[in-house]
Amino acid sequence: MSKREQLLAAAQDRVLIFDGAFGTQIQLRKLTEEDYAGTLGLPADQKGNNDILALTRPDVLSDITRAYFEAGSDVVSTNTFSANRISQADYAAEDLVREINVASGRLARALADEYAAKDGRPRFVAGAIGPTNKTLSLSPDVEDPGYREITFDFLVDVYLEQARALVEGGVDFILIETVFDTLNAKAGIMAVKQLERELGRAVPVMISMTLTDLSGRNLSGHTVEAFWYAVRHAKPVTIGLNCSFGAEQLRPHVKVLSQIADTLLMIYPNAGLPNELGEYDELPDTTAGLVRDWADHGQVNILGGCCGSSPAHIAAIAKAVANSAPRTVPAPEPAMKLAGLEAFIAA
Amino acid sequence: MTQPSSSRFINIGERTNVTGSAAFKKLIMAGDYAAAVEVARQQVENGAQVIDVNMDEGLLDAVHAMTTFLKLIAAEPDIARVPVMIDSSKFEVIEAGLKCVSGKPIVNSISMKEGEEAFLQHARICMDYGAAVVVMAFDETGQADTRERKTQICKRAYDLLVGIGFPPEDIIFDPNIFAVATGIEEHNNYGVDFIEAVKDLRALCPHAHYSGGLSNLSFSFRGNEPVRRAMHSVFLYHAIPAGLDMAIVNAGQLDVYDQIDPALRDACEDVILNRDPDATERLITLAESFKGKSVADEKAAEEWRGWAVEKRLEHALVKGIDAYVVEDTEEARQHATRPIEVIEGPLMDGMNVVGDLFGSGKMFLPQVVKSARVMKKAVAHLIPFIEAEKDLLPEAERKAKGKIIMATVKGDVHDIGKNIVGVVLQCNGYEVIDLGVMVPWPTILQSANDNKVDMIGLSGLITPSLDEMVTVAEEMQRAGMTMPLLIGGATTSKVHTALKIDPAYEGPVIHVLDASRAVGVASKLLSDTQRDEYVAEVEDEYIAVRDARAGRTTSELLPLAEARANGFVIDPSEKPDAPARPGLHVFDDWSLEHLRRFIDWTPFFRAWELHGNYPAILTDAVVGETATQLFADANAMLDQIIAEKWLTARGVAGLWPCGRDGDDVVLDNGTRLPMLRQQVKKSRAKKDGGRANMCLADFIDPSGDWIGGFAVGIHGIDEHSARFLADKDDFSDILLKALADRFAEAFAEALHQHVRTTLWGYAAGEQLDNAALIREQYRGIRPAPGYPACPDHSLKPILFDLLDAPANVGLTLTESFAMWPTAAVSGFYFGHGQAEYFGVARVGPDQVEDYAQRRGVDLATAERWLRPNLD
Repeated sequence: MSKREQLLAAAQDRVLIFDGAFGTQIQLRKLTEEDYAGTLGLPADQKGNNDILALTRPDVLSDITRAYFEAGSDVVSTNTFSANRISQADYAAEDLVREINVASGRLARALADEYAAKDGRPRFVAGAIGPTNKTLSLSPDVEDPGYREITFDFLVDVYLEQARALVEGGVDFILIETVFDTLNAKAGIMAVKQLERELGRAVPVMISMTLTDLSGRNLSGHTVEAFWYAVRHAKPVTIGLNCSFGAEQLRPHVKVLSQIADTLLMIYPNAGLPNELGEYDELPDTTAGLVRDWADHGQVNILGGCCGSSPAHIAAIAKAVANSAPRTVPAPEPAMKLAGLEAFIAA
Repeated sequence: MTQPSSSRFINIGERTNVTGSAAFKKLIMAGDYAAAVEVARQQVENGAQVIDVNMDEGLLDAVHAMTTFLKLIAAEPDIARVPVMIDSSKFEVIEAGLKCVSGKPIVNSISMKEGEEAFLQHARICMDYGAAVVVMAFDETGQADTRERKTQICKRAYDLLVGIGFPPEDIIFDPNIFAVATGIEEHNNYGVDFIEAVKDLRALCPHAHYSGGLSNLSFSFRGNEPVRRAMHSVFLYHAIPAGLDMAIVNAGQLDVYDQIDPALRDACEDVILNRDPDATERLITLAESFKGKSVADEKAAEEWRGWAVEKRLEHALVKGIDAYVVEDTEEARQHATRPIEVIEGPLMDGMNVVGDLFGSGKMFLPQVVKSARVMKKAVAHLIPFIEAEKDLLPEAERKAKGKIIMATVKGDVHDIGKNIVGVVLQCNGYEVIDLGVMVPWPTILQSANDNKVDMIGLSGLITPSLDEMVTVAEEMQRAGMTMPLLIGGATTSKVHTALKIDPAYEGPVIHVLDASRAVGVASKLLSDTQRDEYVAEVEDEYIAVRDARAGRTTSELLPLAEARANGFVIDPSEKPDAPARPGLHVFDDWSLEHLRRFIDWTPFFRAWELHGNYPAILTDAVVGETATQLFADANAMLDQIIAEKWLTARGVAGLWPCGRDGDDVVLDNGTRLPMLRQQVKKSRAKKDGGRANMCLADFIDPSGDWIGGFAVGIHGIDEHSARFLADKDDFSDILLKALADRFAEAFAEALHQHVRTTLWGYAAGEQLDNAALIREQYRGIRPAPGYPACPDHSLKPILFDLLDAPANVGLTLTESFAMWPTAAVSGFYFGHGQAEYFGVARVGPDQVEDYAQRRGVDLATAERWLRPNLD
């Protein structure tokens, strides 16, 4: 069975569990500049470059991923949200992109295999690709709405470099996550398609959109429905929503996506909204109670957490949905489903 | 608000195409992209559902122009809302465009011109970007001209594409529309070749779509716009039923088929359908004589103008005269120390008179709505002055009695009743925040919180809206809200509110029977002294309703098999003959003057809460005067609607051979129309001389029969409605909407008559006046989905598909199956002499299960659809 088929098979029986946040878990460990920089000798400060820990403090990442497996995760992500050439340039670490992703992928792979061997339950690794801090759809210059900071082809190359290294490190899927700009996601899809041709085999993708306002649009202005039609050609093994706001605010949009997406639905919201200090203080049971509602309504296949979520949150979610029936993937009639910022269906 | 956005015939805007629009080309050549972006905006505003962008011009760097323009329109949410069609004959331009488009676009076009390899390579690239593609009927040897070549090339392309995994639903064929009437004999059949090829391909290529560029067709008549427009309209009239589902057109420049001069239309038809070898000559001769224009209008005035200004304002408010209100208000303002005094003084005094008269039943809704219009205009005039006074606290001074959110729930588009209630509340001093129609619950809740309102009012007209109201109540509960929830609208009832909505929400839930009760309810809910008592009183009523319901011995239901055994058996001698003119008949612009004669006025007065039958209501002792005035206002507006052609009545009727399979009517084309059967046990069975358990399918002869369907819609109110609202003229807005509804019903009546006498023709000699029509003294029925004989609204999508209502009538359906635009009627025709209306009423679980199976849906869906008919 391919990894795609294995995931689909596992998702038939129950709601699967994804992992939680890396960032807040790393913060708790109060690492120093020395921890981050290690002996790499890079010409810039590394503190805050979480992705580089794969090379300098892999034990920290292993601890976190291990904690998520202990909490019940079936799928974990690599700590590579910013491990791309654009974001790493801020730390003068752009030449280490391949090394970081390979190391992060191997680390997660080894742990996944270890846990799968223990109880025979398959575990999966999703190689995480963040959106970068550049946008293909919007101009950073209000005076010149036609200006773009980067080109589509450039971003495809950036993503391709990262995806290639993640696959080399042993990940099962490429997770294009926190999509605030739909065109960035399309560049990610294109990169994976090119990688598939390079490798001569399938590399399944997972895609996850992030909403920037309560009406249910991302930063580039796409509604949840339009977004799905714009990326559906990737035949993603999961589609979903992450980050955005807390589970409470995501609820109506989960419902919409659940009804239209003919693939697995994966949702991993933040642990509520940040408080006045910018901290996430939603308790594990609260988050679990909110996401359980989706499971109870048969609206999700995979649940996890994003910013602010901890192994305790994941454990609480796993417990809350242990007996919930997973969502049945709908089989919509074929129709030409186009999208501008809004969906347009030609029946 | 999301517009219903599924439709059959798709208008692709062509103005942002340098090869199609000289004006656009000029702007692009001059580098004036800002103005070019405005062209795109106008197109979307004018209803283009997709915009075609083409920069193929020899002197232009097409890659640069394409990417620049696409990036600019991406920054305009009003434009970027709709999908883009990237149009170029050069694939490098297309690919550059694909890199700028964030949604799912259409590529126009690829073809096998350079062989299969290049074709598939281009197709794969489109697939990688997730684009749909237009495929030109073009192969290595050239463009397809004949029906056979078009069909053969497209089928070959289809098989190749599907072979590489291209989604068939994302393929759009353009089988080439070529110029006809060129004087070259071989060209004469090009129109027919196209239409026939589309028909052939429909069967050969499942899920594919068909498009064409219309302007080629009329190429020989360059410079003669009327003839070109007529040719395009005639072509679409024939090509759409064949399967053409999109075209690159300037929608504003198409003529309505029925409005084309008959001589020109016939000549165009002869040319396009190649009916006669001399057709071209005739059209050329006729073409010389085409030009035309018209249009005119005016207004009038009166006196009582000598009175004191306060008196004049009061008079204007009570009589609802807005002609002088701004100048009178200004005069009063100049007399007053502060502008707010004009509101607190003469205006509120006048409105109090109105309120008293209305409260005591001496004034009626239409007059109150007119008074509100006057008040709104006066206030609008004063607001800038009030806001200019810095030392004053206008918010506190003008503190409303209370704030109310009004919304027509998601899936529903009807708003006449909601608007009336809003106006009545406003003239009684409440602040109303109107969220409009099709409002999803998150918007309602959010707006209620943001605006700190005192209560929420929900409205809906169709039965699925009842469920949506329950959802809103549940979500209010979940959000921990406590404010009162008011429920109103034609399908709502105290019983439904008590049984379904009230239990979902712990705060007060009040069913408001009609607009005249709204003020009383609102004032009690906001009163410190009366509120608790009132809420408790209503709650008691609801508990009583629930108890009565629980203890009720409901009428017994028969098992479905027994109900079927007691079905209605038709008398074969009253079966209608086969139709004189089977198939689809489209009417693009039925005469409004003709429809006027078919208007049933009684429901019109009911919409204004004036009860009584027309024409007796005009002389009624109590409401006669008001009714007469309203009738005069309505007729004045009707005159204007007709003279100035505000509205367009579009309709379609279809007559199809069918049979019957159990309770399904089965069309010969395979479409099934599952019907519901009465299950309530009759006191005596049919065989014992009692009544049958009726089902519409009973009126169909299983050995072969005919059924019809229709949909009519009234288009064009939006523009006028917006104008009225901008002018603070709720009265005219509501009047127009009420009249549009009447036109829709009148059209249904007129079309049914046309079907009986002509299209089906089973009652060719029928002679009935309007009163007799209203009493339904004719043979045959036209039950509508969602109404008692056929209570499931979800049959509408099937009916709409049969009629191709989106393309033929411009009607679409919301997710709750409400028709848009709202002034619309659709239904089935049954011609059997014994066919009659009945109500299905309650159905049992066995029938729901059976129906779910017949409809091919799960039980939960069927239960949702049939909820109003379940216990």
